[in-house]
Amino acid sequence: MASPITAVWNWIDERMPSIGEEYRKHLSEYYAPKNFNFWYYFGAMSMLVLVIQIVSGIFLTMHYKPDANLAFGSVEYIMRDVPGGWLIRYIHSTGASMFFIVVYLHMFRALLYGSYKKPRELVWIFGVIIYLSLMGEAFFGYLLPWGQMSYWGAQVIVNLFSSVPFIGPDLSIWIRGDYVVSDATLNRFFALHVIAIPLVLIGLVAAHILALHDVGSNNPDGVEIKKHKDANGRPLDGIPFHPYYTVKDAAGAVIFLAVFSVILFFLPEMGGYFLEYNNFIPADPLKTPEHIAPVWYFTPYYSILRAVPPLFNSQFPGVMAMGLATMILFLLPWLDRDPVKSIRYRGSYFKYALAIFVVSFLVLGYLGTQPTNLWGQFGPWLGNADVATVAARIFTLLYFAFFILMPWYTAIDKSKPVPDRVTT
Amino acid sequence: MTMKKLLIALVFSPLAMMMAAPVAIGAEAGYRLDRAPIDPNDVVSLQSGARTFANYCLNCHGAQFMRYNRLGDLGLTEAQIKDNLLFAGDKVGDTMKTSMTVKDGKTWFGVAPPDLSVIARARGSDWLYTYLRTFYRDPKSATGWNNAVFPNVGMPHALWTLQGEKALEVKTTQEGGHATREYKWTQVSEGRMNTTQYDTMVRDLVNYMVWMGEPAAGTRKKVGVVVLFFLGVLFVLAYAMKRAFWKDVH
Repeated sequence: MASPITAVWNWIDERMPSIGEEYRKHLSEYYAPKNFNFWYYFGAMSMLVLVIQIVSGIFLTMHYKPDANLAFGSVEYIMRDVPGGWLIRYIHSTGASMFFIVVYLHMFRALLYGSYKKPRELVWIFGVIIYLSLMGEAFFGYLLPWGQMSYWGAQVIVNLFSSVPFIGPDLSIWIRGDYVVSDATLNRFFALHVIAIPLVLIGLVAAHILALHDVGSNNPDGVEIKKHKDANGRPLDGIPFHPYYTVKDAAGAVIFLAVFSVILFFLPEMGGYFLEYNNFIPADPLKTPEHIAPVWYFTPYYSILRAVPPLFNSQFPGVMAMGLATMILFLLPWLDRDPVKSIRYRGSYFKYALAIFVVSFLVLGYLGTQPTNLWGQFGPWLGNADVATVAARIFTLLYFAFFILMPWYTAIDKSKPVPDRVTT
Repeated sequence: MTMKKLLIALVFSPLAMMMAAPVAIGAEAGYRLDRAPIDPNDVVSLQSGARTFANYCLNCHGAQFMRYNRLGDLGLTEAQIKDNLLFAGDKVGDTMKTSMTVKDGKTWFGVAPPDLSVIARARGSDWLYTYLRTFYRDPKSATGWNNAVFPNVGMPHALWTLQGEKALEVKTTQEGGHATREYKWTQVSEGRMNTTQYDTMVRDLVNYMVWMGEPAAGTRKKVGVVVLFFLGVLFVLAYAMKRAFWKDVH
């Protein structure tokens, strides 16, 4: 006599066997390498944050008003008068930054272990599209509280489109729906933020995972576990994702949620980085803040934008550089010519290049949060240039050098022998 | 191995950077801010600040997101709020609106006085604490007042009967390309309070404004402790489960 649960399951399975098939294909019989380390938590954590953002976002939309006259007040209403509203709002605002933290760490993992290389190029490409969509999602969402930084941040970014030759001015009006960022802009950004981009994101995440499960996961040794299978066709170095990695990720998720909670409950503004101080001043189209800084996760690109000098009085070269800085990620699988995947067995050129790249990204990120006169000026011998701007230019060059020189330094790099099977 | 540690350190270094360089607005002003000795747990100070806020600030500024009855969180009863803090005609469930219209404000001060509900979150407590203590007489300004922290501010010194009138002399010295300013304060006329009393009053007021900026902050921290304790227990269980399952992975 089968238990009631088994009976119900059998009833479903007879009518819709694909549920069981998909469950086996993606969970109980998806073989993942057994040697995943710390860096392999962040994919699952990104999914967790996506769910957190969607759920907290749904509750926020129940009280938020996408209206230029009411938006700022409705956020304060959520913070004060909606029971538990402050919690939902802080979950969502902290979640936005945590999303980028885990995604950046997840992407860094791919760089460390060559997860973008053949046969996982499509996994990487879907990942980069997710990253770009996430930037759009964050950008649209940031306007909604309708504070000064929301407003002027959006104004600055949309104005970038007006530097596009010929169609620029019309393009930026088309995006805003008005001559300045206004109620019309707020309404469409709300629509894009709560439904359009989230749908795209969910679809892309599904594609990212399907593409991954077709080729199988990479691992810290960068060896293909499918090369060595047992008599049943199971990889010798693989273990079923469920239950092994579900229980492991569950433990990791608790740690992650603890970090999340420390910020949420004790440092919700994160020193002005997660919630900018200026954003507690309602948007004022007539008063430009002295220093407009985007939220921290955009600042590396904002730095690149500011670093590139204007040409014929047009900001377009900077805009191009900023666009290129993200688009170049798509080419990574083909720029890297070293057959060795993992940094464990790669030569020192790649290690130094990666270290320089990480430093450049972080310094650019930091400089993007600060005014350009941060470090004072050079003397007349350098045209009194801002020290921070010159630094941003150097690090912008290093950022691009990581990619542009990659075909060369990865080809001549002296890699170590790669083991046949995974080490522990 | 050292390379690995270096990379890990690099990835986490933004946290260190963040802690080192907060970007507060108002930081561009030349006047050095005093640290506001506020204490969110000092209920007496918060109540006294609420009284000052209702008696002085609300004449021109509103706090349109703050409801009077939320002051119950500070230990005040509805009757106390009604008798001591409400304007005639207001109800305890109302938000703190000002009787001054935006139009009047613009006519009288050049700009409408800003809403103060979340001003402490924008400016920070140190800024407010210093700002409210550094008004001085300036015959060149329209109101006759100026401020060391917020030069050419539209607001006159609303608390001058308490602090008295001050004069400020700024000496700018050029030294190797860098200008250093020296501020010399003199008391022109006495107010009803001495410096210590006045500073304490402003401390209480700022304490209140910080509280008003986020009335749920106290609850937030209390809930946070419980959540972290829960996650601690959950981790022990989750980790034990992971160990149990992974026993057979070699």
